[in-house]
Amino acid sequence: MTHFLSDSALERLREAADSPDLTGTRYRLVDKLGQGGMGGVYCVEDTELERRVALKVISVPNPDGAGTVRLLQEARIIARLEHPGIVPVHDAGVLPDGRPYYTMKLVQGRRLDEHVESVPSLSHRLRLFLRICDAVAFAHAHRVLHRDLKPANIMIGPFGEVLVMDWGLSKLLGPSPANDISIVHADSGAAAENRTMLTAHGSVVGTPGYMSPEQIRGDASLDQRSDIYSLGAILQFLISTGNAEAMAKPLSAIRVRAMAEDPEARYQTVSELSTDVAHFLDGLAVSAYPEGPMVRAWRWVLRNRTWILLLLAYMLTRALLIFFRPR
Amino acid sequence: MNKPLLGLVLGTILGAFDGLTAWFTPAVRNALLGIVIGSTIKGLIAGVLIGFFARKVNSLALGILFGLGVGLLLAFAVAAMQPGPDHYYFAIMLPGGIVGTIIGYATQRFGVRPQTLVR
Repeated sequence: MTHFLSDSALERLREAADSPDLTGTRYRLVDKLGQGGMGGVYCVEDTELERRVALKVISVPNPDGAGTVRLLQEARIIARLEHPGIVPVHDAGVLPDGRPYYTMKLVQGRRLDEHVESVPSLSHRLRLFLRICDAVAFAHAHRVLHRDLKPANIMIGPFGEVLVMDWGLSKLLGPSPANDISIVHADSGAAAENRTMLTAHGSVVGTPGYMSPEQIRGDASLDQRSDIYSLGAILQFLISTGNAEAMAKPLSAIRVRAMAEDPEARYQTVSELSTDVAHFLDGLAVSAYPEGPMVRAWRWVLRNRTWILLLLAYMLTRALLIFFRPR
Repeated sequence: MNKPLLGLVLGTILGAFDGLTAWFTPAVRNALLGIVIGSTIKGLIAGVLIGFFARKVNSLALGILFGLGVGLLLAFAVAAMQPGPDHYYFAIMLPGGIVGTIIGYATQRFGVRPQTLVR
């Protein structure tokens, strides 16, 4: 006799099997937050510190497998990146069921692609972008490439915190290919164009539209300029989404330079890119957009208009007083 | 440059320049040196006062307002001290007020706040 289980019963069984075994640990399962290709992220209660944290765990126990190594290496990479713009790792280890895990700050907020519509001001959006650049520049300074920078991987917290998330594809910059610790996964709920490409280790990883040309080609020698391309794509997203006003030429030039096909033609460091964006915000000249002397002079006048108007008012008053002096 | 020093430098320069414009009034040309010295001292005092205010109060609007007030007040004192029946209140106070406004704006906008010392 054959018995069939309903789909919902099967789904419940699958969820129960997937759920991490937290017996004997300091954590208590609260909720599932998301599922990727290799594992899931859960909201758990840290019973010792009485706070909720996010726990990332791979789906299948395999103590000697590549997934285990990668997850722990991912945790170690994030742990070395202590920066306000990068989600901090609290703990890492192996669960009683043999699955490796790490816990990190539970970030509550909105993804940048959901948040951007509520930020109508271009200057505010560019300031958000500068904070993303800060975090990525910090990672590059520690020789870490993100390789999957996109609006869906940026979280904006309730108090305006900007956090670069999902370092699962991150790579340590170094001479040895053994340093490539990429973890291939998919964002299950994301739109198709936002979805991280699901491929084998060592081949193309990233998100179409945000991947640099060399990343699409699967070049093994990616460097920080690949992330700079992705930042250029994020800049384009921030400028264009729900914003009808024409893009200023210097800002457009910044985007074009950041997203240049040839890495040599791009900004060579994130700080060069963020300096240009900051200069644009301050009404200064940007390196990506050469200007003539007249444009520079006019920019100087605009920037110092109050100062110039006050001096002109003084000179005019003096001239009028001299002209109409009592004789 | 810190705010009081910026106020002092700017006040001195603008005060001296303000005094030199008396050259265009032939009636007072003989007393030009005294006018320039007096005007420079007036500018210097105004600059220092406005600079110290800018160090205490970090507000462009209040800085400009304070500068205008100090400029007008000192210019009023100078006009009131003029010998003779004509005190030229308008001709002295108007540029004095603008000079105060310029110093107030400059100290708030360009002056550097003192660094907080952490022990």
